[in-house]
Amino acid sequence: MQLGRVTGTVVATIKAQGLDGVKFLIVQPLDKHQQDRGSPVVAADAVAMAGPGELVYYVASREAAEALEERFVPVDHAIVGLVDQVTLAQDSR
Amino acid sequence: MKIARVAGTVVSPISHPFFDGQRLLLCDLVDPAGAGADTAGGYLIAVDVVDAGVGDQVLICDEGTSARQILEIDTGPIRSIIVGIIDAIN
Repeated sequence: MQLGRVTGTVVATIKAQGLDGVKFLIVQPLDKHQQDRGSPVVAADAVAMAGPGELVYYVASREAAEALEERFVPVDHAIVGLVDQVTLAQDSR
Repeated sequence: MKIARVAGTVVSPISHPFFDGQRLLLCDLVDPAGAGADTAGGYLIAVDVVDAGVGDQVLICDEGTSARQILEIDTGPIRSIIVGIIDAIN
């Protein structure tokens, strides 16, 4: 799992079967200091509470689909939690 | 599996129900040959089932089916799990 920042929303009316009602958000992957790292991805919102600006953690690959109600769906990134706080040890800052 | 060093904790009050009560640790991936050197800032947020602490060198399994097997569940959006605390690397 990795940290990410929600930067936007994606609206798609026509989707693969099983994805009806799933919210898609644009997520910018972050490093541990919460700085941008790599290219943004589109992730399904499995907590249904994330929105633009929010710090989240997401899961990638096959496990992303496990986060959704319908489990056999074509999804490769899913937001599984909103992050309140990241505390780093002094020597790893 | 990957070798990592626990760098800190992640607090997430709102999460997928599966993560309720699970301890999440942010772990820096380390290069086993480089005496604990960072591998270009790579890190993982992993579920802790072995009571690892900040600063510990740990073994992380980054694969979903194995992670679910360890937690004895059939389904769940989990992939990274801390499976051991490393005493020494020779």
